[in-house]
Amino acid sequence: MHAHADAADTAPNWPDDIFATLQRFDVRQVPYVPDAGHSKLIQRVLSSSTMRGIPLTTEEEGVALLAGAWAGGQRGVLLMQSSGVGNCINMLSLIPILRFPFLTLVTMRGEWGEFNPWQVPMGSTTQGVFELSGVQVLRASNAAEVPAVLEAAASQAYNALTPTAVLLSQRLIGAKVFTK
Amino acid sequence: MSKANLLDRRQVVSTLLANRKDVVAIGGLGASTNDMCAAGDHARNFYLWGGMGGAAMIGLGLALAQPKLPVLVITGDGEMLMGLGSLATIGLQKPANLSIAVLDNEAYGETGGQTSHTSAAADLVGVAKACGIKDSQSITTMAEVEAFAKAVHDVSAGPRFANMKIDSASLERILPTRDGTYIVNRIRSDLGFQPI
Repeated sequence: MHAHADAADTAPNWPDDIFATLQRFDVRQVPYVPDAGHSKLIQRVLSSSTMRGIPLTTEEEGVALLAGAWAGGQRGVLLMQSSGVGNCINMLSLIPILRFPFLTLVTMRGEWGEFNPWQVPMGSTTQGVFELSGVQVLRASNAAEVPAVLEAAASQAYNALTPTAVLLSQRLIGAKVFTK
Repeated sequence: MSKANLLDRRQVVSTLLANRKDVVAIGGLGASTNDMCAAGDHARNFYLWGGMGGAAMIGLGLALAQPKLPVLVITGDGEMLMGLGSLATIGLQKPANLSIAVLDNEAYGETGGQTSHTSAAADLVGVAKACGIKDSQSITTMAEVEAFAKAVHDVSAGPRFANMKIDSASLERILPTRDGTYIVNRIRSDLGFQPI
């Protein structure tokens, strides 16, 4: 379950905002490794007639998939959680080499009230890993700013071929808690 | 070391691409991408010089984007082993126009010929089958390679997977272009897509 830190953010409409933006940018392939924070968006994608949700066994598969999709004329977006970013590192080298549009939406763990210490090392280095790999990082920390951040991210990723990651902060999705 | 009755990798790849028509071919990092170039450069050749383990997934992205086009991944055993999970992802998506041919010399030929897992234990055909790619076979003769090359053009019956045991002899390197942007844009252009 998720305990929301900000009362104003308890109505999770922001995944619908993300879906609408992706639809407007004609995103067709949506590779993902599931995360609780992405569950509503994944549901929307899987019931969409224009987008294809593609479950992965590991996140790096999604980077290579998006390269192939672009060679074949389609745009995609990779959904993952912060732990998965580390799995992608070598495959991220395809992005500057092949110069395809790269957009990824990353639900954050290991920050803002995280209860699980095992999430903290990768969560703390997620932004740095992206930046060292040539991927620009934008962040959405509350529901109100999601539409503008997504719009900016999709614009620069698809129109300017600027590799972009949007970090959906744990403050937005709610710190995960397990209670007995 | 050469064993008897193993296929010649260049002959295999030449045969796979001889009557390619509209096939888009992806060559995995290593000798496979060179073999594709040796068979003749082509606007629809996607040569990989990096991204080890990604060849099959690039094939999947292309196959889903262009469901009427035959898409053929030609890669080595080491490259395929690094992306074994992608066989599960492909088995789930079942793209009917995707074919994967593994040139299996049971070794990492580019790095000194160290033996790979397929030399003693790993059965890639078994993995592909178990991941839901029903049309998975082990190929040992040129007649079977020719039949596979024909099957690639049937974009309604895939995905298909073939493991081909090849001779591990090192051949003269025939190097394709290393310019990734050129490679991708050439494919896109040939498929009718404009630059951004």
